[in-house]
Formats: sequence, structure tokens, C-alpha cells
Amino acid sequence: MGLLDKQLDDGNIVITKVEDLLNWARLSSLWQMSFGLACCAIEMMATSASHYDFDRFGVIPRPSPRQSDVIIISGTVTLKMALRIKRLYEQMPDPKYVISMGSCSNCGGPYWEHGYHVLKGVDRVIPVDVYVPGCPPRPEALLEGLLKLQEKIRKETMVKKSA
Amino acid sequence: MKSTEEIFNLLKDKFGDAVIELKVDQPVESYIVINPLEIDKVCKFLFDNEELKFDNLMNLSGVDDDNEKKEKDENGNEKIIGRTLSVYYHLESTSLRHKLTLKVSTLIENPEVCSVYEIWKCADWHEREAYDLIGIKFLNHPDLRRILMPYDWEAGYPLRKDYKNPEFYQGMKVPY
Repeated sequence: MGLLDKQLDDGNIVITKVEDLLNWARLSSLWQMSFGLACCAIEMMATSASHYDFDRFGVIPRPSPRQSDVIIISGTVTLKMALRIKRLYEQMPDPKYVISMGSCSNCGGPYWEHGYHVLKGVDRVIPVDVYVPGCPPRPEALLEGLLKLQEKIRKETMVKKSA
Repeated sequence: MKSTEEIFNLLKDKFGDAVIELKVDQPVESYIVINPLEIDKVCKFLFDNEELKFDNLMNLSGVDDDNEKKEKDENGNEKIIGRTLSVYYHLESTSLRHKLTLKVSTLIENPEVCSVYEIWKCADWHEREAYDLIGIKFLNHPDLRRILMPYDWEAGYPLRKDYKNPEFYQGMKVPY
């Protein structure tokens, strides 16, 4: 315990760095854009529902990119959709994060060879923070991906954005 | 209830040469081949006739038959001829409980088929799909543009057998 909280009678005060406070606030209320693309979106919805309860990590879906912190690319990204995803990402305010969920958005998935309409990985249009493998990933895997993202945000500094 | 043979005879009496042939002994159901530029009149009859009443277009799909033949002309140059694109129509009568399959074939150089949109409105999107992926042009369709691929897709029709995917689309690399 430091000197300052001794002076203030050991209670009702927490001392921290501004950086840690901001990072803690940021990682504890990651609002996701309510947006789904394919079967992964079903698993994402299951993660949001009561059994897995995404909300206990502060993740709630927002219907507008202007109010979102994280976009979960949950499904096959077609070439037609890729342009829209890029625009949605650009509409999100900084700091913003991207979780690529499932094989399709990681690398094209089962469409990697003959999918004439599929973008082979969403990281070709927007920067991805966390890749969640699976086809589709189970809710536990998506939760793990979110925890990885939180770990990443916890280590951010104000001097240089690491994500 | 009418069989495909009975319907074929009815159509042959009414439309003559527009009804090309009856294909039986197929691995799947038998079907009737129709002239692609008369298909709308034939379908109108199938829809209106009291004994047929085909009120439901269950499916409409385009096919690349990939059936070209190589032929030499008098100078000895090889020519590729005879490749066709086809459209299959799967019809059903919900009141009379019978079904029918129709086929039209058209040469790939100028693949034109009459639209059946005016008879079954659901043909709208089916025909747009066949146009988008195979490149069959439906005459008299009210809004014939791509439905699945991007509107500015310039690489051609993806389900044709000789289709080549482009390297880039809008600055995005397409191959793996």
C-alpha cells in the first residue's frame, strides 16, 4: 500500500495508472457490432444468449458501427460483402478491434480453392486482432478469442497503439 | 393427373414444331424439349389449360451442357461448334397433383430464351440467377441484372465450364 491511501484511512480509494484505468475500462465493455454473415453468426448468437452469456464480459451488440468497439467477422466474406465490411469498419470510431471468427473469414475455409466469390481471408481488407479457428467455432472458442483480445488490450500503452 | 406422354401429345397438336421432342428412358424423369423462343407461349398454355393447370414453377435452372464438337472446315481449320446452354423448368399443378419437366437449349454464341416471368412471378429471381451464373439472356424479363455476383463483375459467368476467375476484384486479390 502506498503512502497516499494510508493518509486517506485505507478506504474508498484505489490508486492506479491512467493507462491501466483506460485499458481496464476499454476491455471491460467491448461493444460488438450486431452483424453476422453465415453459420458462425448462429454460434455467435448462442454465445450472446443466456447459456454462455457474452454480457458477463461486457459484450453487448450495438446496432450501429458508430457505437461499436469490436466487429466480429462471423462467416464467409464474399467479394461483394468485403467492400461493405471495409466501409463498416471505417465507420467505427477508434479504438476499434476485429475478431475474425471461423475458417472462412480466417483464410477462405472450404471455399479456398473453388470459391470464385469468396475473399480468402478478411485480413485482406481490414486488420485482424484475433483469429478464432473452427468451422464454426464453438461458443467456448469465441469466448477464448474475446479473452485473448482483452489480454491484448490490457497491454496497450498510450504511447503507441499495439493493436 | 396427366402423364408426360399425354401432355407431350397435347402440346404437339397445339404448337407443332415449337415442341421439339419427348425424351424418355432418362436416368431421371422424362422431359419435353421446347424451342427457346416459344417457351413463353407453351408455358402460358400449360398454366391456363383446364386439364393441366400448372400453377407452380417449382424450379428453373440454367445448365452449361459443355457439349461442343470440333469440326474441320474446307481449309482444314478446326472450329468448335454446337455448344449449348440449357434451361430446365420443373412445373407442378397443386390442384391436379401432376408434374412436368421442360427443357430448352440455345447455342452459346447467342443464348436467348423467352422469359416466363409474366406467367409465374417467381421466375424473376430464378432467371436472374441463370443469367448471373450461366449467362443466359431472358427476353422480355423486366429487370435482368446480376443477382448474386457484384453488379460490376466483369470476369464473366462463373458456372460456365470455361470460366476463369480474375486475379483481382476492386483491388482485392481473389485467388488463395
